[in-house]
Amino acid sequence: MHAFKTIGLTKVYGEGEAAVHALRGVDLEIPEGELVVLLGASGSGKSTLLNILGGLDHPSDGQVFFRDQEITTFDDKALTAYRRDHVGFVFQLYNLMPSLTAHENVDLVTEISRDPMLAEEALEMVGLGDRMDHFPAQLSGGEQQRVAIARAIAKRPTVLFCDEPTGALDSKTGIVVLQALQDINRTLNTTIIVITHAMATAALADRVIMFGDGRIKDVRLNEKKLAADQIEW
Amino acid sequence: MSFLLTSLDRKLLRDLWRIKGQGIAIALVIACGIGLFIMANGMLSSLQETREAYYDRYRFADIFAPVKRAPDRVLAEIKTFPGVRAVEGRISAGVLIDAPGTTEPITGQAVSLPRIGRPVLNDIFLRKGRMLDPTREDEILLSEPFAKAHGFEPGDTISATMNGSKRKFEIVGLALSPEFTYAIAPGALVPDPFRYGILWLGKDALAAAFDLDGAFNEVLISRSYNANESDIIASLDRLLERYGATGAFLRADQISDKFLESELNQLATMATVLPSIFLAVSAFLLNVVVARIVDAEREQIGLLKAFGYSNPAILFHYLKMVLAITLLGIFVGSGVGMWLGRWMALLYQEFYKFPFLIFSLGLDTLAFAFTIAVTVAVLGTLTAVRRAAVLSPAEAMRPPAPAKYRQASVMPLWFSERIDQPTRMILRRIARHPVRALLTSVGLAFATAILITARFNWDSVLYMMDVNFNVAERQDLTVTFVEPESDKAIFELRRMDGVLYVEPFRSVPVRLRNGHIERRQSLTGLVERPLLSRAVNADLASLQIPRNGLLLSKALADLIQAEVGDVLQVDVLEDRKPRLNLTVAGVAETFIGTSAYLEIGALNRSLKEGPRVSGAFLMIDPAKQDAIYERLKDMPSVSGVGIVAAAQRSFNETMDQGIGTFIAIISTFAALIAVGVVYNSARIALAERSRELASLRVLGFTKNEASYILLGEIALLTFLALPIGCGFGYLLAWFLAASFTTELYQIPLVIELASYGYSCAVVAGASLVSGILVDREIGKLDLVVALKTRE
Repeated sequence: MHAFKTIGLTKVYGEGEAAVHALRGVDLEIPEGELVVLLGASGSGKSTLLNILGGLDHPSDGQVFFRDQEITTFDDKALTAYRRDHVGFVFQLYNLMPSLTAHENVDLVTEISRDPMLAEEALEMVGLGDRMDHFPAQLSGGEQQRVAIARAIAKRPTVLFCDEPTGALDSKTGIVVLQALQDINRTLNTTIIVITHAMATAALADRVIMFGDGRIKDVRLNEKKLAADQIEW
Repeated sequence: MSFLLTSLDRKLLRDLWRIKGQGIAIALVIACGIGLFIMANGMLSSLQETREAYYDRYRFADIFAPVKRAPDRVLAEIKTFPGVRAVEGRISAGVLIDAPGTTEPITGQAVSLPRIGRPVLNDIFLRKGRMLDPTREDEILLSEPFAKAHGFEPGDTISATMNGSKRKFEIVGLALSPEFTYAIAPGALVPDPFRYGILWLGKDALAAAFDLDGAFNEVLISRSYNANESDIIASLDRLLERYGATGAFLRADQISDKFLESELNQLATMATVLPSIFLAVSAFLLNVVVARIVDAEREQIGLLKAFGYSNPAILFHYLKMVLAITLLGIFVGSGVGMWLGRWMALLYQEFYKFPFLIFSLGLDTLAFAFTIAVTVAVLGTLTAVRRAAVLSPAEAMRPPAPAKYRQASVMPLWFSERIDQPTRMILRRIARHPVRALLTSVGLAFATAILITARFNWDSVLYMMDVNFNVAERQDLTVTFVEPESDKAIFELRRMDGVLYVEPFRSVPVRLRNGHIERRQSLTGLVERPLLSRAVNADLASLQIPRNGLLLSKALADLIQAEVGDVLQVDVLEDRKPRLNLTVAGVAETFIGTSAYLEIGALNRSLKEGPRVSGAFLMIDPAKQDAIYERLKDMPSVSGVGIVAAAQRSFNETMDQGIGTFIAIISTFAALIAVGVVYNSARIALAERSRELASLRVLGFTKNEASYILLGEIALLTFLALPIGCGFGYLLAWFLAASFTTELYQIPLVIELASYGYSCAVVAGASLVSGILVDREIGKLDLVVALKTRE
């Protein structure tokens, strides 16, 4: 069964001369349980696609199906429920609440989820069991990003969207973060879609989608996936 | 969900702690608005309730009817009038008090008490000592404020000139009475306890002194609940006409109640208008500030939405934040307001000589203040959160796209080429966010305006006094006679050693009628070109007193809707009671009371009387004043001596105590609001621009250059706000002048240049202090973190 299917997805920002075509008709199918990597130059439309799939933004035209529901027809309330029940996000800049500890940042999500794991459990999974009561300002960049991942997976999402999760990190910390993602994909069977600039990350994926100029340039299936610690950065 | 604090609540608490400086500043602004509102209303309702209770407990009469002399048996007839519940006949007369320790002749009022028991109406409150012994004729009760001012105690003796003969009395008690709550001497501007005393004597003693055995010269009446007052007055006037009645009048025209009512009305206006302005201004500021705080959190709002928090949940979260701040403000404001209100009420109790004070603060006042503050806070939050919530989460989380700055539209090229880069940034930013800049400026302008408004109260009263004492009333003494005298009395005054100049006046009670509008008024006869007590026009030029027509004060002309050229029917209420028809010949500018003037010769002729005078205005040699005072005290015909300098002094003292305190409190609140606004604006500007400022620092700008961009903007907005604020202040003052003006006072719209300067300086000072506080924060910016986090 597919997790996502899109038909003729288009997104235009602005109007007239100033219009920017972020997506120019994207047709795509992503099976459930895969780890998918979206590659492409900046401005190629990756983030826009991710935001629309995650229910954070509306397309200008086209359809998006999550399993067999067309989320492009959802109203605000239904989209909120969709995000709440199925979707997890990890952002490049972590976007942690600075006024909450790691544990509390995770709780922010578990408190509104139907079947969450314990915050401790989620933080253990990303290797932060001993830093739970630290505030974001007391954590390194990699640790902050892992808190963000823990926060995203704690609700056991069906899909996990990661926008440049290692973009702000050095290679060593980046690998730790990717390892965490891979573990989650394996153990929870969560569909994970990762946006990245780093070509090396593609080696971890089941499927690699190349993006350029608002269109899909190429889709490649990975025959032999590498483990995170095997990739060359 | 856990029953303990949710993570969102914990975020709330920590966020509140993070913005505590700002939160406190906002709470302060709310507290000022609420505090002033509650103070003013608490003070006012306390005074009103106290007055009601005082009048009620001491049976203050409803109707007063003065006569020359009426036999006691008439009282029985009055009692039979329908609607009359109680009647009291008594003797009330002007006396001159000779107090040891001062040469000044002191005006006093002697009032009779019944032989046995308490008065049926206008009872007294015995503060100290005992009631009169009915077997002794040389005992008196003295009004407590007068006794205090002179240090009299029960057991002391005092002498007074009654009907021309000097008598000695023993003070046996100190008392207060509802009819002398606002104990103001005839012709005075404010109560002066040193120069106006009340003496209560047994009826027999007073009757003997004034040849009123078996008679009275004043009737007091209380009416039953649904009685028709004008019927009672008409019957009284008919019955008492042959006894020399000058016309019965209602409590509302009784001098103490009239002043008290006018003062309380003025307080009521002040208590409604000023705090409402404060509340409105704080509401406006609150709205702006809350909206900007929420705006600054738009990324967090986007994030919460991305996690699946619903819009109502997010809205509720921010509402709680705002309500916490608002409630703090309400709590502090109510507490301070109640405390100040009680304190002010006590101050006024002292001033009005209430024997007790009932402190009352209506729950409705509290509820109203609470509702206003909460509603405004909720509205501000609602609009701002809605603005953030309608954005799709993806958009909310993106930092707002760089604003579209353009070259020519914002400022002309020739101008922008002549200024440096940082200044250009300031100007472009203001031009880019004109609404935001405008709101900040308007907030500051409001703060300036309320400061000006507070100062205006002072300025206008001082101007009033200046005109009154230095332009209009230039005499040193006003001497009044027991009965109108022939002009020989004037010659006698002129001959006194040290008297430099004498100007006679005649004063008669009249009823003015213009069409259906009727009014009791005193008609004053003055010389044609007075030098001492003058009527002036709006340019303060002296006006000639007309020989064949009336000169009315503007307030009076407005009251009876008369214009120059109108013919008024003038019923004289004295002696032969002639009816005159007089044309309005001119209108004079007066600030205090209402007056009508006619040339004194013409007045006397129309009364069919020879040259008679009610009194005279005197200019004297200050070196000989004591001798003059002694002479005046010995003149049996003199019933009162008004000392203008003393009146001015006591007025200034009164101002300092009562209204001065009120204005000082208002000014303080206004200054606090100014600080609250500026500090908030500066803090928010810093929060919004910390990344930008940090970037500049990374690019090599010095800290001072970075500060300049932020503080320069605040300085410029403050600079723009000041003239706007002065304009607002002028408008508010105009509004206040219009609403404070009563029959007794016409408030001129006067704002001194110094008041504008003071108000601008306070706001500029508040800006400076806030700037310094925020500047310290700029120094603490962590460049790397500021560039990374999007807080």
